[in-house]
Amino acid sequence: MNCRSEVLEVSVEGRQIEEAMLAVLHTVLLHRSTGKFHYKKEGTYSIGTVGTQDVDCDFIDFTYARVSSEELDRALRKAVGEFKDALRNSGSDGIGQISLEFYQKKKSRWPFSDECIPWEVWTIKVNVVNLVSEQERQICREKVGEKLCEKLINIVEVMNRHEYLPKMPTQSEVDNVFDTSLKDVQPYLYKISYQITDSLGSSVTTTMRRLIKDTLAL
Amino acid sequence: MDTDLSSQDRKDLDKFIKFFALKTVQVIVQARLGEKICTRSSSSPTGSDWFNLAIKDIPEVTHEAKKALAGQLPAVGRSMCVEISLKTSEGDSMELEIWCLEMNEKCDKEIKVSYTVYNRLSLLLKSLLAITRVTPAYRLSRKQGHEYVILYRIYFGEVQLSGLGEGFQTVRVGTVGTPLGTITLSCAYRINLAFMSTRQFERTPPIMGIIIDHFVDRPYPSSSPMHPCNYRTTGEDNGATYPSVEDSQEVCTTSFSTSPPSQLSSSRLSYQPAALGVGSADMGYPVIFAGGLNAAHPHQLIVPGKEGGIPPVLSQPAHGTQADHERMAMCTPLDGALYSAATPSSSEDTETVSNSSEGKSGSPHDLLETIFVRKVGAFVNKPINQVTMASLDIPFAMFAPKNVELEDNDPMVNPPDSPDVESPLQGSLHSEGSSGSSTGNTHDDFVMVDFKPAFSKDDILPMDLGTFYREFQNPPQLSSLSIDIGAQSMAEDLDSLPEKLAVHEKNVREFDAFVETLQ
Repeated sequence: MNCRSEVLEVSVEGRQIEEAMLAVLHTVLLHRSTGKFHYKKEGTYSIGTVGTQDVDCDFIDFTYARVSSEELDRALRKAVGEFKDALRNSGSDGIGQISLEFYQKKKSRWPFSDECIPWEVWTIKVNVVNLVSEQERQICREKVGEKLCEKLINIVEVMNRHEYLPKMPTQSEVDNVFDTSLKDVQPYLYKISYQITDSLGSSVTTTMRRLIKDTLAL
Repeated sequence: MDTDLSSQDRKDLDKFIKFFALKTVQVIVQARLGEKICTRSSSSPTGSDWFNLAIKDIPEVTHEAKKALAGQLPAVGRSMCVEISLKTSEGDSMELEIWCLEMNEKCDKEIKVSYTVYNRLSLLLKSLLAITRVTPAYRLSRKQGHEYVILYRIYFGEVQLSGLGEGFQTVRVGTVGTPLGTITLSCAYRINLAFMSTRQFERTPPIMGIIIDHFVDRPYPSSSPMHPCNYRTTGEDNGATYPSVEDSQEVCTTSFSTSPPSQLSSSRLSYQPAALGVGSADMGYPVIFAGGLNAAHPHQLIVPGKEGGIPPVLSQPAHGTQADHERMAMCTPLDGALYSAATPSSSEDTETVSNSSEGKSGSPHDLLETIFVRKVGAFVNKPINQVTMASLDIPFAMFAPKNVELEDNDPMVNPPDSPDVESPLQGSLHSEGSSGSSTGNTHDDFVMVDFKPAFSKDDILPMDLGTFYREFQNPPQLSSLSIDIGAQSMAEDLDSLPEKLAVHEKNVREFDAFVETLQ
């Protein structure tokens, strides 16, 4: 099975990074979350209810709807916060990308650990711009708002292609497909990772690897 | 073929489609309320949350939607449409969006109704939640209140996109294949708003009072169909409570099975054909008729949208002329076939069509043309009566042509100091004696008519604005612009160039230092 990969690109000002990322990630997770499953006898289950709430952005002329789950929001904010800090510390030409990967766990026999097989990856490439005047910032607010509108329309279009989704699991398998740790909603298993590219165009990880190799080679 | 679908599946599918349509309307209308929406997630299924989404049911909206559907379901050629429009406090209106729930013939026979279709409809509703915040009308609706309100109308039948103006854009929210056809949800929205953006509505001064003739002798119609805070349909059961969805005995599917469908436990579905009330399938009454194509109307953005079908504008001589009801009442034949020939009800007032052969019947118009506000809505802080307040303190009231008695005392009209010939009465905003000559030096050939500019009063300054204007209307030409002098100075300039260059070279350091301070 191939992993579906979608890439979005945005150019934002430093202070807009968090809100822009949260808007995109929350929109994806809104579509990839269900209510909590309650398994009953005879292999049936019922599904809880997912609430939504609107979030106004402070630095972008934009509002998005997210799942009403404080736990989920906290998890995303933590990941986005780390990404933002890494991006801003990388230097003035901040380019980076954050990825939201949905995966399934496949149990392997001991001593092998469980495999994580991704089935959908959303990558957001971020280009941080530096603006000087207030007027530019105001224009940026609106422009980024419009761009995010376009991105959300793209996301919705992908979601409604109804391509591969993991089969609904039995009770014993549910943790291989869904993240059941939250108490109010149940998103598909996901992980968030990020990568920062410094101004030389190479990523930090490859630079480190090269340094270590060079050191070891001496 | 229907025979391929079991009767239970068929019933389920019809129910899903019906409730999907009702929830779609709720999501769209709630997204245009002007407030942020917040509902809670619940880990335990309640049985009344269709599609496992917490979407509140506003009874009035459900009632309207059921009335529009009139017992039918979206099918091929019969789409359910929610029209979102904007109405200014002056009565001008403009369609912003049309959300369409359509069905086409492309069937997916293999799909499982009570599982896959249900989940995909749920996904489609989530997409709708996302997309309703993304179209331009969302930001407008968040700022509605004093200057304008957002209205909705639900109709069933053929989609009417002509009111959106030219170049409208479409966004497809999504599709769900079913054994009976493919459900498509899309939105067509006006785009010429995008240039105006919400800034237009933030920064323009209050609408009321600028165009004076809209308000003379005609206070803002408080008897209009716009209802503050409470949804009421005149002539109908005022004060009646609308049955909420929970009151009906239709319970949504909450049980699913991981095993094949044949083992699905009884799903507690009890299908009741909805007892829907009045309304024909084609209640296609346009809600609002456009205001006039007034070139000086501050909300010109309303104008372009109506270019498609507007009859020629009544010519607008000067603004100061009588407050014409006709000006407001430009009939926009969005689709003439849908107009009823009934006479307008008294509640229409002069705000709407003056064309006697076309009009709207009173009560359906009232039903459909409402400000949609909940009990906590756009007007909660500002009762609609306050909208009329501005008509009482319009800035140019003293120039209102109808106030004849004021004009005798108006110093503008009878200037004590003016040496000029007395002019006929000019109490209007834009003086018709604006004379004098628009062309410069031939004012001697004209009959001297008093020029009475606004804002100036004779008793304060010895020379009033009009006199000043007239005297300095024909200034002499600038010397540098005349050709002879130009030619002379050119020669002089050329001669003096070397000297100037020498001087500048001496001061090179100063110039450099100056340039550095700029960097």
